[in-house]
Amino acid sequence: MRFAVVQFGGSNCDRDVWHILQDVCGVSTDLVWYKERLRDQYDAIVIPGGFSYGDYLRAGAIAARTPIMEDIRSHADAGRLVLGICNGAQIGAESGLVPGIFTINAYPKFVCDWVHLRVENTTSPFTSQYRRGEVIRIPIAHKEGRYVAPPAVLEKLERDNRIAFRFCDPYGVCTPESNPNGSARGITGILGTRDNILVMMPHPERASEPVLGSDAGRKIFDSMIHAIASGSVPCAEEGL
Amino acid sequence: MKFDVAITIGLKEGMLDPEARAIRHALSNLGFSTESLATARVFQVSLEAQDRDEAYARAEEMCARLLANPVIHRYRIEVSS
Repeated sequence: MRFAVVQFGGSNCDRDVWHILQDVCGVSTDLVWYKERLRDQYDAIVIPGGFSYGDYLRAGAIAARTPIMEDIRSHADAGRLVLGICNGAQIGAESGLVPGIFTINAYPKFVCDWVHLRVENTTSPFTSQYRRGEVIRIPIAHKEGRYVAPPAVLEKLERDNRIAFRFCDPYGVCTPESNPNGSARGITGILGTRDNILVMMPHPERASEPVLGSDAGRKIFDSMIHAIASGSVPCAEEGL
Repeated sequence: MKFDVAITIGLKEGMLDPEARAIRHALSNLGFSTESLATARVFQVSLEAQDRDEAYARAEEMCARLLANPVIHRYRIEVSS
């Protein structure tokens, strides 16, 4: 099993994700510089957080249009896993891997805080290790994290069970106060059409070891590893 | 022929504009009362094209492929030679 973490100029959570995958979860993981493209096949790709291209134009907009995204799209089209975290989520939305956009927070400042999420979907390859309705404590750090999508798209996401996580209070209740950026319906984790793609604004890699204050995010990586190991998602073809 | 193109990108009607809200509030603190305020971004582009229509079409393609995000944005293109 092999994961790749893609590095853009301005990525700054790449090594954190690498550490969790490699050292904590024990998965062989490569750091791949975006200009080198994806030369090998991987079982899963993580687009990490940071400020690719300085967030110029819109967060994630420029990275979303780099050639490596074509490789990531082919990887996803083959049914293999893609996880976008924070800036990776913005890049995922800007490149159309999921619908909608993450834009400037309702209160337009950078928010760096611990929040609670309610797990809404427990059937995807990213969330199978959670219980439905489980409340997890996890950090956020962004200024452009407010999820916006047309009402018809939001309805479809709800119907198709493609909302992975919603902001909530410590008791699992979604209130305006527990929504730190004004995201539509409190949504902050969205699955792709085939549920092999997850983008999320919160940082599971910052909540994957007890020493970090929470290890509630680790189940996302564990779910991915379980999905690949159990053969429920396609894995990389050997020798390519 | 060389054309100057001004591309103005703003938010669609009804979209929350948190920066505009904060700026409007600041103006109000300075004693300026406003009925509404919206922010927009202008891109000044010079380009070579056969004619005005081609220059317009190129700018439109730039908006579609990079400059605007159709989920939240609308845009206006003005071409001058």
